[in-house]
Amino acid sequence: MDVSVDFAGLKLKNPILTASGTFGFGLEFKRFGNLESLGGIVVKGLSLKPREGNPMPRIAETPCGMLNAIGIQNPGVEAFIKHKLPKLPWKTLPVLANLYATDAAEFGELAAVLAAEEGVAALEVNVSCPNVKEGGIAFGQDPNQITKVAEAVKKNAGNKPVIIKLSPNVTDITVCAKAAENGGADALSLINTLSGMAVDIERRKPRLANVIGGLSGPAVKPVALRCVYQAVNAVKIPVMGLGGITTAEDVAEFLLVGATAVQIGTGNFISPDTAFKVAEELPKVLERIKAESIDEFIGSLKLPL
Amino acid sequence: MGANNCRAVKVIDIKALGLSSPGEEIVELKLEYPEWESGWRAGQFVMIRPLSWPLDLIWGRPFSICNADDSSLTILFQVVGRGTERLMELKKGDSVNIWGPLGTFFSKPTDRPVLMLAGGMGLAPFCGYVDTHPQHENLKLFFAHRPPLEDYPYKSLSDKVEVEDIRETKPEDIQSIIARVDDLVKEYAQKDGLITACGPMPFLTTVWKAARKYGADAELSLENRMACGVGACLGCVAKDDDGHHTQVCTTGPVFKAKDLSLEG
Repeated sequence: MDVSVDFAGLKLKNPILTASGTFGFGLEFKRFGNLESLGGIVVKGLSLKPREGNPMPRIAETPCGMLNAIGIQNPGVEAFIKHKLPKLPWKTLPVLANLYATDAAEFGELAAVLAAEEGVAALEVNVSCPNVKEGGIAFGQDPNQITKVAEAVKKNAGNKPVIIKLSPNVTDITVCAKAAENGGADALSLINTLSGMAVDIERRKPRLANVIGGLSGPAVKPVALRCVYQAVNAVKIPVMGLGGITTAEDVAEFLLVGATAVQIGTGNFISPDTAFKVAEELPKVLERIKAESIDEFIGSLKLPL
Repeated sequence: MGANNCRAVKVIDIKALGLSSPGEEIVELKLEYPEWESGWRAGQFVMIRPLSWPLDLIWGRPFSICNADDSSLTILFQVVGRGTERLMELKKGDSVNIWGPLGTFFSKPTDRPVLMLAGGMGLAPFCGYVDTHPQHENLKLFFAHRPPLEDYPYKSLSDKVEVEDIRETKPEDIQSIIARVDDLVKEYAQKDGLITACGPMPFLTTVWKAARKYGADAELSLENRMACGVGACLGCVAKDDDGHHTQVCTTGPVFKAKDLSLEG
């Protein structure tokens, strides 16, 4: 079965992408599979200047999930453009850049730098990181800020699609989804991590130096699915779903509720070949469940009367 | 390298090496060799996740390669947490997903004396190091440990190279270990030897401080919690000499002491 999709103008050979922060800059995974067999990759979050991230410990395993408080450690956008992007097969593999900044103007500046790069297929805007003090989740919880950031990025994005990555840590995801759409976003991706915490009762300490972190993995999948379902029904722009996907069956669930594409994040840690295997399995699963085509299947959820 | 760097292999054997320390079992796990095209080097590690693990354990677990040949790969582990408790449940014939070999490795000079400093499970990589080193007369092992020697694959090393050990049974023993490490590092620095070390962080910090003090050429293998092992999650960082975060899984786990900052 042909599982290619059009996502906000991006032609994807399949709807399987890898999520930012879980796939490095892609190069780390070349030894575990063919990168070009994926629909695309979203690289590690980039800021204008290099960032050290948060102190250790900054990851903790929780039942069916993990907490992280990495804090957008990255080498900065210039180092990415100079040292990482040229090594990626971007002519045949859509490479999506993930942007992190502390205010709308800085987001716009970063967008201009990345939009000028031929190898960058689209811009995913992180307005929802729970692990940074400035420019993180506060943006993602304020619809006005979401609109402002979307406008600032869109203004400088040239012809590259702008995808706003939303936080689930809000009362009403549809308000944020509409705020992004109103700001000119071409698409949405959701969800970012759920704000969470883990403690060590022996040492009476938090398991993360940052105390609070972002929960991801299979534990968050029902929340992600609900958010995607609600967002799809609130906006006209396409939605990329992520949160707890580890199998092709999981992908089918997200497609069914209306996601046009998906991202695999923590699943890449369960095994470094997870995304490759899921991409290989998806056509077989869609055939098994008797989908006529991927276009027919997307959003074909039958609701109870 | 091909995509066979991540594959499922069968358990050949699993056994506790000694039963003298209940609750602190040290286990030898022997797996089918994963047919790595690139071979392996002592100091490198693998990520292991049994296929039977449900999703309540998300990550694989990192282990130093203890030894390997064309037919098998051996790791050692001590039962210390949820992951190693579940690893203990493996049986012959079970399948585990393994990816590797990962990370950097110990140098293997043949024209200089080499001191191996092992703390507890830090003994593991030195089994392979000794077996693949052509000049055993140049090697000396110092081993600091809590469970009795019989619980470790120690005899296989003491039969081949000069060895010395201190068992920590009471708090005062730690000072003896620190003093002896300091003396040995000084001695090997003076004779332009290579110092290699693996063990828990307090042990490595002791080695690191001594190496700095005496200007010794030392290589330290860091242990750290990891989610991916391949440089993606950034959960395993350490501080480099400039105070920047550096990834243990890909820049290490074996670092030159001069390139690390283990204080603070």
